[in-house]
Parts: sequence; C-alpha cells; structure tokens
Amino acid sequence: MIATTFFFYLFSLFAIASAVLVITMKNPVHSVLFLILCFFNAAGLFVLTGAEFLAMILVVVYVGAVAVLFLFVVMMLDVDFTELRSGMLNYLPVGGVIGMILLAELVLLFSTWAAPAGDVAASVEAAQNTRALGLVLYTKYVFFFQTAGLILLVAMIGAIVLTLRHRTGIKRQDVNTQVARGPATAMEIKKVESGQGI
Amino acid sequence: MAEIFFTLALIVLESLGLLVALLISVSFLIYFDRKVWAAVMMRRGPNVVGPWGVLQSFADLLKFVFKEVIIPDGANKVVFVIAPIVTSLLALSAWSVMPISEGWSISNINVGVLFLFAISSLMVYGIIMGGWASNSKYPFLSALRSAAQMVSYEVSIGFVIITVLLCAGSLNLTDIVHAQNHGLGTKLGLPPSFLDWYWLPLFPMFIIFFISALAETNRPPFDLVEAESELVAGFMVEYSSTPYLLFMLGEYVAITTMCALTTTLFLGGWSPIIAIAPFTWVPGVIWFLIKVVLVFFMFAMVKTIVPRYRYDQLMRLGWKVFLPISLAWVVITAGVLVSMGWLPS
Amino acid sequence: MSLSLTGVGRQLFLKEFVSAFLLAMKYFFAPKVTLNYPHEKGMLSPRFRGEHALRRYPNGEERCIACKLCEAICPAQAITIEAGPRRNDGTRRTTRYDIDMTKCIYCGFCQEACPVDAIVEGPNFEYAVETREELMFDKAKLLDNGDRWEREIARNLALDAPYR
Repeated sequence: MIATTFFFYLFSLFAIASAVLVITMKNPVHSVLFLILCFFNAAGLFVLTGAEFLAMILVVVYVGAVAVLFLFVVMMLDVDFTELRSGMLNYLPVGGVIGMILLAELVLLFSTWAAPAGDVAASVEAAQNTRALGLVLYTKYVFFFQTAGLILLVAMIGAIVLTLRHRTGIKRQDVNTQVARGPATAMEIKKVESGQGI
Repeated sequence: MAEIFFTLALIVLESLGLLVALLISVSFLIYFDRKVWAAVMMRRGPNVVGPWGVLQSFADLLKFVFKEVIIPDGANKVVFVIAPIVTSLLALSAWSVMPISEGWSISNINVGVLFLFAISSLMVYGIIMGGWASNSKYPFLSALRSAAQMVSYEVSIGFVIITVLLCAGSLNLTDIVHAQNHGLGTKLGLPPSFLDWYWLPLFPMFIIFFISALAETNRPPFDLVEAESELVAGFMVEYSSTPYLLFMLGEYVAITTMCALTTTLFLGGWSPIIAIAPFTWVPGVIWFLIKVVLVFFMFAMVKTIVPRYRYDQLMRLGWKVFLPISLAWVVITAGVLVSMGWLPS
Repeated sequence: MSLSLTGVGRQLFLKEFVSAFLLAMKYFFAPKVTLNYPHEKGMLSPRFRGEHALRRYPNGEERCIACKLCEAICPAQAITIEAGPRRNDGTRRTTRYDIDMTKCIYCGFCQEACPVDAIVEGPNFEYAVETREELMFDKAKLLDNGDRWEREIARNLALDAPYR
C-alpha cells in the first residue's frame, strides 16, 4: 500500500513536472521528448489503478505512433520559436479567458461527478480489465465507438484527397508485371546468319 | 515487511539471472549470425578467438568498451547520450514478460503481448533521438527513414497479433502458448504436436509477421536505416565506443525478442514438437531455445539471400500488400471462428 | 497488365525466396574458398615481387658493385646509393644502400637492372611495421634480408632462369 502511494506521487510529480517542461522548453524537440515522458507517467498512473490495458494502449498509440509523428514534424520544421513567442502578450487575454473557461468546466464536472456504483466497477474488479473494457465498449458505447471510427475515417479520406494528385507523364514501377516477367516473355532468340546482320 | 523485502530481492535476482543469460545468449547469437553469413558466402567467419571463434563477441565487447567515447561538438549532448541507453534498456526490458518455459517469466502480466508490442514500437525512439542529436546529415536522414518505416510495419504487426489473439482469446503470453496445445492436430485425434501451433492455421500471417519483424528490427532487406551504400552507418555514424555498443546490443536483443515473440505466437513457445515420450523429457526451456535459434537462423538467411529494398518499395510492401492482407485475414479469422463456434471462451 | 496463373501462384508462395533459400543452403555446406590466412598461405609465383634483399656470394662477399643502375632506373626514386673508393682488387662496394619502402612501387625494375643479381625482390610480403621509420631500409637491413631469405630467393631465381 505504501509502495502504491509512493509510486502514485512519483508518477504524478513527474507527469506534472514534464508537462510544465513541455511548454517552457526552448527547444521544440526537447518539448516533445518531455511530452513522451509525460505520457509514460500517465501510463504508470493507469497501471497503478489496475487499468493495464489502457496503459499499454496509451503507450502504443500516443508514444509509439502519435509522438513519433510529432517528433518527425518538429525535427524537420525549422520554426523560430522566439518569433512565435513575440506576440504572446497580445494573445494572453483571449488565451487566458479560454483557459479559465476550461478550468471552470473541469471544476464543475469533478465537483458533481461521482463514480457510478453500478455494474461497470464491479465487472472491472471481477474480470480482466481488457474483457471488461471490451464488454462496455461494444455494448453500451457501441455507437460512440463507431462514430469515433467514422470521424477518423473522414479525416483520413480528407488527408488523402488533399494530397492525392494524378500526374501524367511520369514513370511508375509496376512490381507485379516486373515480377511476372520471365525469359519467355522478356527474351527473343534469333538465329543470325553469318555476314547478314539482323 | 521482511516478506516484501524477500520478494523484492527474489525479483531482482531473477531479473539479474535473466539479463546475464540473455546477454550471453545474444553474444553467441551474434557469433552464430556471422557464421551463417560466412558459410553462405563460402567464407569461414570468425574463427580465431576461443575454440572455433565462439568468444569473438566477447572480444568485440571488450574492444568497444576500451575505446574512447567521442561526442561530436555540435551534438545535443544529453539526447546524444540518452539515445543508446534508451535503445538497450527498452530492448532488455521486453524480456521481463517473455515466458521462457512453463511459469518461467519475471512478470506474467495480463497484457504481455501489448507490452511487447509497445516496447517494439518504442524502439524507434533510440534511433530518432540518436539521429537527431548527432546534428549531422546522414544520421538525420536515417532517423526520418526509420520513423516512417517502423510506424508503417507496426500496423501490420498489430493486425497479425490481433488474429492470434482472436484464436487464443487472451493477451497473456503464457495463455497463448497454452491455447496452442489443442488445434488442428488434436481435432484429428493426434497428441498435441506442431500441427496445433498457430503457424499452420494462420500461415500467411506467420509469414507476414516474420517479414514485418525483419522491418521492425531494421534487419536486411529492410535495413534502410543503416544502408551502408547510401547512409554509411545511418544513425550510428557519429557514435563510437560504448554508446555504439549499446545500440548494437539493443538491436540484437530486439531481434532476439522478435524471434522469441514469433516462437511464442506461432511456434508453440516451450511446447515439445510432439507431446509423446522422448520429446516430453526434454525441458521446455530447451525447446524454446531451439525454436528461437531456428527463427534466428531464418533471420540470418534472409540477410544473405535478399537484396535491400528501395524506400518506396518498402512503403508499398507495408501499406499496399501487408496491410490489406492482414486486415482481410483478421476479418476472415473472426468470421470462421464465430461461424464454426471455435471462439475461445 | 496480364498475369498468368502460374505467375500469381509463384508470387503467392514466395517461390523465388524458397529457391533462393535452397541455393543458399547448397552453398552453406559447400567447401570454403577462403584460406585460413596466418595458418594457411596461398602459392606464390617464383616471380613474386615482395620485400627487397641484397644478396651475397657463397663466400660471404656482397654482390653489389655500386654500379647505381638500380638507383637510375627506379621510377619512384626510392633508392639512394653512395659508392665507396675502389678497393685493392679493383672492385667497388657501396657505403650506403637505402631503400625508402614507403616510396617503392614494387615494379621490379631494380632487380631487372642489376647485372650481378645483387638487389632482388624476395618472396616475403609480411613485413608490416609499427612506425614509418622502420620502412626506411638501410644496407644492413637489406643484407640481413638477403641472408635470411637466400634459400628461397636462389630457388626462385633458378626456377625462373629458363624463361629469361
């Protein structure tokens, strides 16, 4: 129990510290690396609450895929962040208002929200939490789940439509035809008479 | 309190034992690797250090350790040093969930497969960080290549793992091995044998997993990350001495992990080839080792026989060939399992 | 795009990879072509041009008569010779005979030019050294080489003699 508490505070401390460092770091790549550290600590918190499936999915999806792409982009962009920060004071009121609204929403939510005493918690205790998660996700929340999938699909199609263009006059490799080529289709043997040429 | 201390000490001892065993076997696997390439090229391979050269890897290790660590002037020092440590630590930590024999795993967690999948997807960070922190052109290009490559092949690896999970009905590696004790062979009335393992019913997935594992560990023919003729040594150009050794170690441990994962998912883990008398006397760990070495032999042979893929061919293979096939196979497997009533409870 | 059924089948079952694997396995067990170098060595031609040596006559008299033909012909100008005064029997000997082995291109002109077979390129090719200075061969070193390798050098010269 003491160990659990200790690790809870350790992970929380690291999560908050790295989250603060994400927005204060000068070098954007360092920011992303601290973001990854933050994800890891969140995963650690999930493990402490017994949600190991969520923890692993967090690591696989956010750290293994999303943050890699962040890093990818940040590494390649040559953004001058001091220039970006120059207009910060102008935007501070608007940003501050939005931040306050979000904070107020969170406070309202957590002050009124109580853990449902019903079936979900009980089943989590009973079964493996992967199974419990699946049961809830594919029964009670199946429409939300499908909708989320559709939104992602639309985003994907949008990205493809934006970038796809058919250019004419360029050579493309057709691997299938290349592999299918054999001596029979690619070669012709001619008998050349001496002194005659082809 | 004393009990907790005892448990803790036991875990530390177990981990140390596993690490030592793992590192020693990896060093012999590197030797084995070099001998296989040499044999196919009709060379002799390392044969000087120790009997038949078996101690070559240890000699190399000493050589690396005693060399000078050079950190380039323009490099981002902290990230530059952290990168190899991240690579090797992640690779080693994957083995904490690997079931080497019945009940022989440091931690038998419920989501073992996901843990391994997460670790293998994190391996890219060592490369990206190393490539970026070197502050040099070739390492940077290599880092970009590897990021795209590993993210692409993770997708098909994920779908292959899902088909196995559908058949086994568990994310626990030990349970997956147990689930392979009954299958096609036992339905025909045979004793549990290699016919029950998932390589047979999921054969295309086995092949796809093997090839994706090659891509995921940056082995030839997918070693674009360190393509010698294009990028010299890729992300390792600026590394020397012990950091280089750590990269090398991480790479080979990751390869061994992938071999072990292939063994666990498709080749029945520690199960004997046929569960009858002379085979069942052999301990499970020996079977596991034999299978891992066999898969590793295939890894080594692929390096000798297949030329390197070009970058666009690599992407085509991942997204246009493996992704549709594995996606279709997930649907087919799920359909067959439901319609035949073979779903694991 | 026309794909034959056999072609598709070949691609589906990775026929090329399987046959490549079998071919590789054939070579896997084939006899090795490499020599186990420090322990086994390849055959050398009698004309092999390796490390230089200055030879002596069987009575111990050095052959070189300081004619400086080798110095003159050396395309890399690696040879430096200083001749001593004429001796009582009317012959000359060198007081200095240096070869800069870092310049030498092993063309063999020196041994072709030599009228008395004094300077020769022996069969030794394993004389790697740790410093550059050790590659500046002087007369003592060359004579020492000649004494050490005389048997092989004499044999090689005898074997090559019919073709000269």
